[in-house]
Amino acid sequence: MNKVVSIEEAISHIKDGMTIMIGGFLGCGSPHKIIDALVEKGVKDLTLICNDTGFPDIGAGKLVVNRQIKKLIASHIGTNRETGNQMNAGELDVTLVPQGTLAEQVRAGGAGLGGFLTPVGVGTVVEEGKQKIELDGKTYLLELPLRADVALIAGHTVDKFGNIVYYGATRNFNHLMATAADIVIVEADNIVEVGDIDPNHVVTPGIFVDYIVGGGK
Amino acid sequence: MDKKEFIARRVAKELKDGDVVNLGIGLPTMVANHVPEGINVYFQSENGFIGLGPAPEEGQEDPYIVNAGAQCVTILPGGVFFDSATSFGIIRGGHVDITVLGALQVDEKGNLANWMIPGKMVPGMGGAMDLVTGAKKVIVAMEHTVKGNHKILKECNLPLTAAGEVNLIITEMGVIEVTDKGLVLKEINPEYTVEEVQAATEAELIIDENLKHMEV
Repeated sequence: MNKVVSIEEAISHIKDGMTIMIGGFLGCGSPHKIIDALVEKGVKDLTLICNDTGFPDIGAGKLVVNRQIKKLIASHIGTNRETGNQMNAGELDVTLVPQGTLAEQVRAGGAGLGGFLTPVGVGTVVEEGKQKIELDGKTYLLELPLRADVALIAGHTVDKFGNIVYYGATRNFNHLMATAADIVIVEADNIVEVGDIDPNHVVTPGIFVDYIVGGGK
Repeated sequence: MDKKEFIARRVAKELKDGDVVNLGIGLPTMVANHVPEGINVYFQSENGFIGLGPAPEEGQEDPYIVNAGAQCVTILPGGVFFDSATSFGIIRGGHVDITVLGALQVDEKGNLANWMIPGKMVPGMGGAMDLVTGAKKVIVAMEHTVKGNHKILKECNLPLTAAGEVNLIITEMGVIEVTDKGLVLKEINPEYTVEEVQAATEAELIIDENLKHMEV
């Protein structure tokens, strides 16, 4: 099975109206080449799940600026003014989620969990519309899992089976999102042969990865 | 001394040897410059590592090693990178000893509002709700008032970041502890009188019997 494909072939799986996840934290560890190709292709009405919308010219926020996103689920939008503008104009449906809850929702989505209980958000607007559960005198919110049609992630060294090693602070949501989508596309800084990576160092097992695109960074 | 630096220096005195510490963006980040001698702390960065070091020298920046504000930083020997679920497991699970954040408003019940002003500014909560809920000790570090308006209130009227989680408020005027009885002024900057501090605070302050001078 050859997972290494061109960017064009990889993003051919992304269609209007789909739900996508994009890894990265303010652009650090985002699949920049794939994002640029999506901007060029112009797929629209996407639901985007990501930590943040980066900056207007860096990271997942480019898709917001290009008005390809209909619905956004993220923890932070403050560094991309365009996201706030579209939200205030009623053009973009934004759900803001505490960052740890978002990470765990993605983890739960990939791990077959029906949800989880967190104390984060109790007593704030985050609890609105959510089931509250008391256990041993503590109040928790029931948070539900998140999944996507396609996850777009970035890896540092990726073998041709899709085993991923990350570098620096780029791991963030990438490893989690790799587990929580029907199709997973990784943009690799370096593609190596199967067996070149010490199995002790692999963070994301290749079974999660469907397509590998080279030329990251 | 600059107000912000004064506040950062006083916050740094709260750090104990071996503490895991998360610093918010802005003033709280300055605390790292004033860790007392002989004290080793481990700075956690919610984007995915422990062992956050100082900014790199010019030309040595690595775009893959950045803090939660996207600024290039370094990682110290013994430091470790991890994913966001692990990062927030550390935070939510009570493994962070101290978190230091700024505030738009804080009140006498320890409620904190620091993530949005409806209709004006909605940046999102980022990791703040998890940090304030999960950290063992929550320190609000901020200037006492904003443009002459109160920030330390009887009751916050902006959307909350978390309810009843703040332990200590450190400003240029003093050090205030949140207790079951209300806000206790524990230390005062000798440049101000108790009356001046109270006038700058909407909530009623309980003056500690052993009120000390704030030293940095």
